[in-house]
Amino acid sequence: MANTEQFRTCPATGLKVHLPAERLIKANAVAAVLFLAIGGLFGLGVALTRWPAVHLLPADWFYLALTAHGLDVLVVWIIFFEVALLYFASAILLNSRLATPKMAWAAFALMLVGAAVTNVAVLQGTSSVMFTSYAPMQATPMYYAGIVLFAVGALIACFIFFGTLVVAKQERTYEGSIPLVTFGAMTAAIIAVFTIASGAIILIPTLLWSLGLVSHIDSLMYRTVFWAFGHSSQQINVAAHVSVWYAVGALVLGAKPLSEKVSRGAFLLYILFLQLASAHHLLVDPGISSEWKVFNTSYAIYLAVLGSMIHGMSVPGAMEAAQRRHGYTNGLFEWLRKAPWGNPAFSGMFLSVIFFGFLGGISGVVMGTEQINLIIHNTLYVPGHFHGTVVAGTTLAFMAITYLVVPLIFRKDLVLKGWARLQPYLFGIGAAGISLFMMGAGTLGVSRRHWDITFSDAPLPFDYPGAAFLMMGLNGIFAILASIGGIMFIVVIVGSILFGKPAGEQTFKELLFTGEASAVGKHGSEEHPKVPGTLALVAVFFVSFVLYYFVNWKYLSEIWPLR
Amino acid sequence: MALTPPDQALWWKRPLSRAELGWITIAFLWGLFMFFFMIYWHGAGKQNLSNEAYRISAEKFTARTQAMVDKYKVRDYETKQGVKIPVVHPPAGEDVYLIGRLWQWWPILELEKDQSYRLHISSLDWLHGFSLQPVNINIEIHPGYEIVLTVTPDTSGEFTIVCNEYCGIGHHTMLGKIFVVEQ
Ligand code: HEM
Ligand SMILES: [Cu+2]
Ligand SMILES: [Cu+2]
Repeated sequence: MANTEQFRTCPATGLKVHLPAERLIKANAVAAVLFLAIGGLFGLGVALTRWPAVHLLPADWFYLALTAHGLDVLVVWIIFFEVALLYFASAILLNSRLATPKMAWAAFALMLVGAAVTNVAVLQGTSSVMFTSYAPMQATPMYYAGIVLFAVGALIACFIFFGTLVVAKQERTYEGSIPLVTFGAMTAAIIAVFTIASGAIILIPTLLWSLGLVSHIDSLMYRTVFWAFGHSSQQINVAAHVSVWYAVGALVLGAKPLSEKVSRGAFLLYILFLQLASAHHLLVDPGISSEWKVFNTSYAIYLAVLGSMIHGMSVPGAMEAAQRRHGYTNGLFEWLRKAPWGNPAFSGMFLSVIFFGFLGGISGVVMGTEQINLIIHNTLYVPGHFHGTVVAGTTLAFMAITYLVVPLIFRKDLVLKGWARLQPYLFGIGAAGISLFMMGAGTLGVSRRHWDITFSDAPLPFDYPGAAFLMMGLNGIFAILASIGGIMFIVVIVGSILFGKPAGEQTFKELLFTGEASAVGKHGSEEHPKVPGTLALVAVFFVSFVLYYFVNWKYLSEIWPLR
Repeated sequence: MALTPPDQALWWKRPLSRAELGWITIAFLWGLFMFFFMIYWHGAGKQNLSNEAYRISAEKFTARTQAMVDKYKVRDYETKQGVKIPVVHPPAGEDVYLIGRLWQWWPILELEKDQSYRLHISSLDWLHGFSLQPVNINIEIHPGYEIVLTVTPDTSGEFTIVCNEYCGIGHHTMLGKIFVVEQ
């Protein structure tokens, strides 16, 4: 049973904080940031190599660095951070104790050991197979074993989350329904269970195969099951970072959802339809019928995309409504102009919303169209797209909330506040640039995962168009910008945790909304607050989406006829 | 707040605002449109990836490709390093074979503009990516499966096949050629 000595009361939010949960959140967040630093440096190395004028690394190191980059940022950084979020959204937001902190530490240890083992395997140079490790290309058994350990740890963390929901319900630590952010985290956790199960189904036989115990892994079967794991895990990220958007909006602006029903319904659409999307990766593979591709790539009839488009309105809408309640009612956009742009939690979150929607979201739907994928598959457009989703979107959102985790959970004031203020802009614009210029190079045909686009060692001559070289140069410049932003983030966060003054009244005032939040929120406003600015933003988004969609059909119609 | 339980105990009974309802309707209809547009393109569009594919062993595919080379080879192409690669010019409408293997697309094809060919592609070892440049057609090539597409080159000139699926340390040297000539 919960023992009161294990709790403290948060001076900023009034929440009851379970100390063992708090320690676990700290540990997972620190591990996450550590791997972001490592993986980010590999990313810089990769980007500088792909800049033809610099061409930093030799070929073997390039492929090694690219493998390590994908694993450390996409898998390790993001999932450690998500585990921290799951514990936060369950134990802390529900005023509850965390179910089985001991198991949670075991999960943490498994994940850490797994990540280390896989990293060592990659650094030995014999497992440069990219994070997708497509059979029949083979890594060393250690490589797969590390990922399996990591995944088992993450799975345990999900079950601890569910266990905590049960504990909180039984011990009546909250009234009514769970908060929206917890609901979003639950969405992420449900998808995670499915995802990790698929991961086990594909990686365990592959591990046995690399040990020589299984003779053959079919490449098409591998890609199909791998992406049931790989794509769904991206939907964990979406559910998690949308929850973070709502959480940051609530903490820095006192925003409340326009409609609980709509926001929760949109999360539900994720649970129901996201799994289908592994088809995105198989659109130009042989032996799969068009009927299957069309149905699955569109998540039935774009019902999960619908979920994201709904969040795309309800997240900014909630913030606009809050700002208008606080008196910023002039014109369409006073609410946005007068938003706390100097607060890195807000600026990071808002840039994340915009970049995720405009860069990652639109490009994702376009390239996931069955026929259009023919002009995009495996070009640099693909990494361009997912640096829009998972870097400018997820990573930036996670950075934003970290600026609140430091005062609330680590209970430290930020150091280097000037850096903190600037950081989301540098990283966000850098990441958006990487995303755009890789998409640009991809549109011109440039291959992803490719060491030398001048083909100097190739037996046959070939040149990509000059514009592609320009794109790669610009990509390099924005990669440097993003890396500076990334380094600033690490310095500010690690510096604050180690050397920050204890967080006090003043810290909370700078970062959090401290007005009469819920009183106004509950009854002071009309039934449906007006959000004209958000509607204008959504209209711009929709028009861009439609135009870009048809531009790509036009490109497709210009290639050789195929049947 | 999004961080606290909903204010209204019966939150699921609250009606939607017109703005929300409007946006959900538009987004839903757009999804339907995009769904049906893919199906429409199968009928009306000229660029659809074929669904024809077979399981095939590396030996069998090599034998068929070799037979085509023996029959229709017109000359050799000499690389920078002095290696000779056969150039084949099969008649229009013919079955044409292309091998992807570490780290080469083989042989070199010479096709006629505005003629259709049944192009068979397979890999003999790992995954490879058929990326035809500068046209920009990209297809995943698996070992053990041959994909068969009917292609009609409608531009002439020299085209390069880049491998765009990572296939090991020589991946960035894996190129092939297709020449399209006027009839
Ligand atoms: C400083 C920041 C970053 C830079 C400069 C950067 C740059 C790059 C570049 C240039 C590529 C190579 C594309 C290719 O050659 O195919 C790449 C791949 C990739 N990046 Fe990043 N990136 C950054 C941060 C991130 C983050 C934060 C994530 C994930 C959360 C991420 C996920 C990936 C993944 C999954 C790949 C694909 C690896 C593969 O193809 O196997 N990157 N990145
Ligand atoms: Cu290849
Ligand atoms: Cu390759």
